[in-house]
Amino acid sequence: MNALLEVSGVSVSFDGFRAINNLTFNINAAELRAIIGPNGAGKSTFMDIVTGKTRPDKGSVTFGEKSLSLLKMTEAQIARAGIGRKFQRPTVFEDQTVAENLTLALKAARGPWRVLVWRSTAADADRIDALATEVGLSDHLARKAGDLSHGQKQWLEIAMLLAQEPRLLLVDEPAAGMTLAERERTTEMLVNIAKTRAVVVVEHDMDFVRRLNCKVTVLHEGAVLAEGSLDHVTKNQTVIDVYLGRG
Amino acid sequence: MRPLLQPRHRSMLVFLAGLAIFTIGVTIAAQFGLVSTSFVKTLGKTLCLCLAALAMDLIWGYAGILSLGHMAFFALGGYMIGMWLMYARTEEIVIASLMNSGLPATPEEVQQGIATQIFGVVGASDLPAIWGFAHSLPLQLMLVLAVPGVLALVFGWLAFRSRVTGVYLSILTQAMTLALALYLFQNDSGLRGNNGLSGLQNIPGMDAVGQETISLWFFWASALALGVVYVLLHAIVAGKFGSVIRAIRDDEARVRFLGYSVESYKLFVFTLTAVITAFAGALYYPQAGIINPAELAPIASIYLAVWVAIGGRGRLYGAVIGAAVVSLLSSWFTGGRVPSIPLGFATINWVDWWQVLLGLTFVAVTLFAPKGIGGVFDRLTGVHTPDRKGAPLGPDDGSLQEREAQQ
Repeated sequence: MNALLEVSGVSVSFDGFRAINNLTFNINAAELRAIIGPNGAGKSTFMDIVTGKTRPDKGSVTFGEKSLSLLKMTEAQIARAGIGRKFQRPTVFEDQTVAENLTLALKAARGPWRVLVWRSTAADADRIDALATEVGLSDHLARKAGDLSHGQKQWLEIAMLLAQEPRLLLVDEPAAGMTLAERERTTEMLVNIAKTRAVVVVEHDMDFVRRLNCKVTVLHEGAVLAEGSLDHVTKNQTVIDVYLGRG
Repeated sequence: MRPLLQPRHRSMLVFLAGLAIFTIGVTIAAQFGLVSTSFVKTLGKTLCLCLAALAMDLIWGYAGILSLGHMAFFALGGYMIGMWLMYARTEEIVIASLMNSGLPATPEEVQQGIATQIFGVVGASDLPAIWGFAHSLPLQLMLVLAVPGVLALVFGWLAFRSRVTGVYLSILTQAMTLALALYLFQNDSGLRGNNGLSGLQNIPGMDAVGQETISLWFFWASALALGVVYVLLHAIVAGKFGSVIRAIRDDEARVRFLGYSVESYKLFVFTLTAVITAFAGALYYPQAGIINPAELAPIASIYLAVWVAIGGRGRLYGAVIGAAVVSLLSSWFTGGRVPSIPLGFATINWVDWWQVLLGLTFVAVTLFAPKGIGGVFDRLTGVHTPDRKGAPLGPDDGSLQEREAQQ
């Protein structure tokens, strides 16, 4: 079976520092994957490469059945191809209402002329209602996103990602700053989302990763150190050394 | 009609009503001789400046791009319409004077006569190639929009493609308007160097109509243009497009990850506002009567930003009010009719001190009332700023600040 995302032989260095070193791995079409690793392991750089923010020095990153090379595409083109990204800090448009935020994210033509003549249909309104309900924000549609609590902003951002209808979702430390109840809800949502699309979660928190109950990739010094179930990788001696040695 | 009465359209309806009342009031006052022709012209010119400020608000207040070069487009629009006005007017004079000499003039003689009349002042006697369309009003009107539009498109494409943002973009736009001004100052630029184009208040074929009537025509045209563009821009900013550009203002990286090509939107807004500003300039200069390269001085575009800031950016009516208040005050203070204030050791002569006052006002507004004059309306309608403990509404340079936002 062809993988949805194929990263092969990717290297990138910043001023001589090798952030990613010959990184190779695949993500399948409906898979939940956790990426863990100590600080500086290259987790964020990996996300930056896949979403087009950083260009690698060498290697290839391909996406989808047609094996589109992501390296020649802009951030916006990659997003339109079906890759969504959730940042660590909630990034929603604070001066706009929840409904406006969701409308912006809703899958539709993205060009200036098409957006200029865009009019909301009943189907769009229903979709926005459904998304808001899914993340518990249906009573807050008319509120400005800046007024929401930290957790609610995270929900809104996840709803925005779903509105984009991506095939691959990159999620950066979703549990950061969340209460225990919020974490449980997030876990549930991510597992649910991963039934229909690929979800890659970058996470520090081992408890959270354990709850996701999925295949884990351990990054270290910009390369894959180990891969498998969480129990499998935590028994690996090098992983233990790396985590204990450098934490 | 119900959708029009939604709260979000209320400001537009109030604005249009105010503009209509103002236009009718001035017209009646002019009919009864209560206001002078020159004051009608001042008001008409002010409406054109308001139109330019609307464009500035779209690009700076909504899209967060602090362009400090938009008055270059304003002046270019003026130059383009000025070329036709001057050509057609000179043509009338040349034909009339050749008539007097008894012989019917050939087209070549007329052409030569026009060239000598217009370019004698810079020591040339041939029409430069850029005057090729000046004989035709429709063609030259097309150039009013096309020349600034294409310049904005090319400049914007180069700047936005390289992701130049913030203060660097502002400096780049200042350089653009300065370079254009320096070019136009040259005698061989084909636009009469520092003499500029003059006599633009004389509309060809309208000798029989007095300036008091023509000034009213232009006043009405300016008011109509302001009203129509206001409605157009209101429709743009109230819809999804407005939502996208406000998002770009506050956090453009996030907009990219939503799949929007930020550069295309910036280019779109830059070019659209350049064309609107040029249109405003084409209505302004026939009322001013003269245009020269000093109009493209970098300071002119900075004034435009000051008007929008004082009016309150990110709200269309704020831009119009800011431009109207500041430019009318400016012509009052610099008109020489405001009494000087003797302080004993020095005298405050307002013609000179007005600039200082304006500068201090700008600083004061930025520091203490970032909503500008528009904030007064928020207070009247009970709209508050959100309590964000000083945090702006996005990570970008141009993003809305806490005290500019509405809860």
